[in-house]
Amino acid sequence: MNWILQNLPYLGQSTLAHLQLSIPPIVLSFVLSVPLGWLANRFRPVRGPLLTIAGLLYAIPSLPLLLVLGTFLGSLRSDANIIITLTLYGMALMVRSTADALAAVEPDVRQSATAIGYGPWGRFFAVDFPLAGPVLLAGMRVVVVSTVSLVTVGGVLGINGLGLLFTDGLQRAIIAEIVAGIVLTVVLALVLDALLVLLGRALMPWSRATAAPSRRQARKVLATA
Amino acid sequence: MIEFRSVTKQYPDGTRAVEDFSLVIPSRKTTVFVGSSGCGKTTILRMINRMVDPTSGSIQIDGDDIGAIEPVGLRRSIGYVMQNSGLLPHRKVVDNIATVPLLKGVKKKDAREQALKLMDTVGLDRAFADRYPSQLSGGQQQRVGVARGLAVDPNILLMDEPFGAVDPLVRSDLQEELIRLQRDLDKTVVFVTHDIDEAFYLGDQVVILQKGGHIAQVGTPSEILSNPADDFVANFVGANRGKRALHIEETATGSILVDDEGAPPAR
Repeated sequence: MNWILQNLPYLGQSTLAHLQLSIPPIVLSFVLSVPLGWLANRFRPVRGPLLTIAGLLYAIPSLPLLLVLGTFLGSLRSDANIIITLTLYGMALMVRSTADALAAVEPDVRQSATAIGYGPWGRFFAVDFPLAGPVLLAGMRVVVVSTVSLVTVGGVLGINGLGLLFTDGLQRAIIAEIVAGIVLTVVLALVLDALLVLLGRALMPWSRATAAPSRRQARKVLATA
Repeated sequence: MIEFRSVTKQYPDGTRAVEDFSLVIPSRKTTVFVGSSGCGKTTILRMINRMVDPTSGSIQIDGDDIGAIEPVGLRRSIGYVMQNSGLLPHRKVVDNIATVPLLKGVKKKDAREQALKLMDTVGLDRAFADRYPSQLSGGQQQRVGVARGLAVDPNILLMDEPFGAVDPLVRSDLQEELIRLQRDLDKTVVFVTHDIDEAFYLGDQVVILQKGGHIAQVGTPSEILSNPADDFVANFVGANRGKRALHIEETATGSILVDDEGAPPAR
């Protein structure tokens, strides 16, 4: 406990560094997954291979991936290394979620949107994408939690963040430091998750008016993710 | 006037949904396509706004071949109402109704204003304007669907089994409402149903279809009832079934449609 109180500024810095490493991969994996998920959903033959490749990405152990990528980038400890790696993991989850989310949009609604005069792109942005929202949100919640927890692996490479508390605490046998690292990581993940849920409520007020089907779809996607 | 000239729709797997279909749909009248599922009635309807393009033959609206008209623009000029309303679940009722005017570039304020007026037209309380479609009953959703179909004041209104999914009581309300609207608005309505009673009730011209979009008979309800073209039609309209022996009866005020108990058919 003493250690924690004496090191509050250090804990704060680590949390902030952790946050700074978490946000870019979360955002990037969303932005990059949407077109890929769209592609998988739009062109059936592409779907199988694309989703398999994306899924396999997640099977690569994170440490070796960081080492290999770091070697390519010329610096193991760079933020870019961890951001790119975690973006790949995020995409591994999110490409499938996006494809499923778009596939789950009611065909009746899509047809009627076309029938009343939406062009293909207009329909995607005004109809398909917003209606995929609840399932996309469910996917992003998994990505957020997974990313925040994976950033800790950076600690092994000496990259700033809450992961350093584990390695440092382990080497110097400071239990409080390890516990602080774990607790802060979990709290950070929960806070970001809660913010995402709030964002979803603000952007998709309609989904709570129709809570039943969208939640069921969301659960289905979570189960497959 | 909408004219089909020997229109055929063949899908890549070789099935012919519609075969050599020719018909004139008069302006400002209600034409109802009726037939069992798989008879091609919805395919025929969807060819009018180019949701489906014919494999051969041509379709003309007021003399213009629609094959030469850009589909998105064409669809925005034709009202479309479908089963289960097809409303956008993430838009409020008023925004759903205003969808097409907004797509056509009408100012948001004007479009909403007009959408509220349309809610009056179709008999929906304005209090529903800010609700989401899922918060409305099936019948109310269909009314929103009709209002949306009317939003650009189209000459043509396509209705694909619009009342198929609502309960019989609400359905007859909606049917009466449609007849009232049609009296006021004078649109060319093309209506698809599998319910022969609905077809006779709503249609000025009824087209009875057999598999492949083959026309079994075209005519006014009384023409078809009084003189079914063949056994298929007779069977379909139930004229030779004891239970619902619809027939025409001459009265002092004109001819009316009655069932075997001498009452107008239950709707």
